[in-house]
Amino acid sequence: MRPAGRGELDSLYFDYPHFDAPEARDHLSAPADVAICGAGPVGMAAALTLAQQGIRSVLLERKSTFNDGSRAICVSRSSFHTLQTLGAEKRFVEKSLPWVSGRSFFRGKQILEFFMADSNHDKYRPMYNLEQQYIEAFLYEAVAASDLIDMRWQSDVTAITDNADGVTLSVTDPNGSYGISARWLLAADGARSAIRTMRSHRLKGQNYEGRYVIADIRLKRDCKVERFALFDPDCRPGGTVLVHQQPDNVWRIDYQLRDGETEEDALKEASIRESIAGMLGEIGFDEPWELEWWSIYSANTLLLDEYRDGRIFFIGDSAHIVPIFGVRGLNNGISDAQNIGWKLALVLQGEANEKLLDSYTPERRGATLDVFANASKSARFMTPHSRGWSVLRDAALSLALDHPFAGEFANPRNMTPYTYGDSPVTRADSDAFASGPEPGAAALNVRLDNHFLLDLFGHGFTVLHFGPLAHPEQVAGALPGVTFVEQPADGTAAQRYDANSGTAYLIRPDGHVAARWKQAESATIAATLRQMLDGKVSGND
Amino acid sequence: MTEKTLEDVYAALADGIDAAGQDKEAMFLSKVVLLLANEISDPERVLELITDAQKNMDGMRRG
Ligand SMILES: Cc1cc2nc3c(=O)[nH]c(=O)nc-3n(C[C@H](O)[C@H](O)[C@H](O)COP(=O)(O)OP(=O)(O)OC[C@H]3O[C@@H](n4cnc5c(N)ncnc54)[C@H](O)[C@@H]3O)c2cc1C
Repeated sequence: MRPAGRGELDSLYFDYPHFDAPEARDHLSAPADVAICGAGPVGMAAALTLAQQGIRSVLLERKSTFNDGSRAICVSRSSFHTLQTLGAEKRFVEKSLPWVSGRSFFRGKQILEFFMADSNHDKYRPMYNLEQQYIEAFLYEAVAASDLIDMRWQSDVTAITDNADGVTLSVTDPNGSYGISARWLLAADGARSAIRTMRSHRLKGQNYEGRYVIADIRLKRDCKVERFALFDPDCRPGGTVLVHQQPDNVWRIDYQLRDGETEEDALKEASIRESIAGMLGEIGFDEPWELEWWSIYSANTLLLDEYRDGRIFFIGDSAHIVPIFGVRGLNNGISDAQNIGWKLALVLQGEANEKLLDSYTPERRGATLDVFANASKSARFMTPHSRGWSVLRDAALSLALDHPFAGEFANPRNMTPYTYGDSPVTRADSDAFASGPEPGAAALNVRLDNHFLLDLFGHGFTVLHFGPLAHPEQVAGALPGVTFVEQPADGTAAQRYDANSGTAYLIRPDGHVAARWKQAESATIAATLRQMLDGKVSGND
Repeated sequence: MTEKTLEDVYAALADGIDAAGQDKEAMFLSKVVLLLANEISDPERVLELITDAQKNMDGMRRG
């Protein structure tokens, strides 16, 4: 919502482009390998992942422009690595605001300063703030630049039926209606997914009932970028307030609705202004400000039992809704897109068996459940659901005024990347490694002379080997396009990977470790790779 | 099994209060304190901590 007198897209800082529906009509019904319904950040990330692997897609979006507000503003380090893989990180790096720390206050007194993991070996900071319109605009630049993505604006998917070799979609745009068949469909149509409803699937899970007003203001103030959390501030007695700085002098203020406060009342412009004015006074922001946009968001934990339905895969918010505290809504969805993208590409290229696709649900649903577990911990602190949890929070906050250990209970601890440990395509260790990224985990970055280790990885699979690897052609014989990265057996990378001469890691296109060996033979790597492409690595039941 | 942390203690106390119910929660918490006091067997220190706990007795206001 926006202040009275301003239209839905009348932003103070963002000029919304307008995109027309396709003019040329003759090719619209040409069958597609992959159709993607919804060009939010997740649908676009999926199209870019496919394009990078050489796969064409048709991307259908109902709207004529980007979404109406800043929404998901926190982009994580792991998403930056994904963006880099997609060749789209540059604009994000230029525009967004990196941050590593945050502070929490109880009744105006600081009770916690936390720092997220960040080392000399990390190329990207743990978190970057960027309004979702920019996220979409920058992804769209990459989409528009790709010959392999047929993006169709104002194109509403209204029905879907199964056919012998995929699905047929009915699409309506202002210039007419048509049908299009696709071998595979990615449903990236958001939290209210129409495809999910058409296929009679339901999101399941818990509702934490915490409802937050999210509001953006424009205010010019030069200060360190960090996250503020206010517990029980005078402006919202009994409530919590979160403050994030965004580019273009925009600030995000999230605050919880009081018990008994109706959404209707909370969303009135006058109450928004009053709450924000009180909050700014309390944190000592005395600069003039303008109200930009506001909305409401609730702390749900909901997901599908199965992310696949025949030829359809649900990705992003259509498959799961996560609470805002974990700042994972968008980041989790981008990982979905990347995960299904490379697998589907290998299947369409005839390199992998369709069974590889069965690993999508366990991997990505597992990641969502992990987000839930972390977010529920935060939610239990931010919005305690019972007397016991309220009492403990009171105890922790009041103790934290004098005892720093108790402030740690307010630490959001939001970013530990998920490990696909139980995946059918992760090979459990048979050798003893004392450290290094375990199978299923995201590969670790390492600062090398003028670059970072992850910069050397390819778009397909990568074999990272320490010291020479004999007969790499055997691996290349199992799958073309494997990248080989050699590191010295006594260097920094070897240390971080607990490697000696002969050690190798097999890394997936999404940067996760598939398998590792202390003493690797090309024939073994090739055999494991083949098993992965067949959808099941032996020894995993 | 994963290593237990203060977070787990926090959760067990919160759930314990819920399980005890409002009229028994003070008794439950007192029992926990007595058990811990007995365990660390340093009454001086326990008394200091009890004094500490009496400071800042305001929690969140009920919104
Ligand atoms: C008001 C609001 C506030 C939020 N705040 C936060 C936040 O603070 N932090 C956070 O992490 N996350 C937040 N989120 C969630 C975050 O925006 C989502 O997680 C993220 O946008 C998910 O991306 P997506 O691509 O899966 O879905 P969406 O961004 O919802 O994109 C889905 C797209 O599909 C299109 N579409 C839908 N149906 C059809 C159809 N039938 N045919 C064609 N196109 C269709 C839609 O027009 C839309 O563009 C918020 C969400 C909302 C709604």
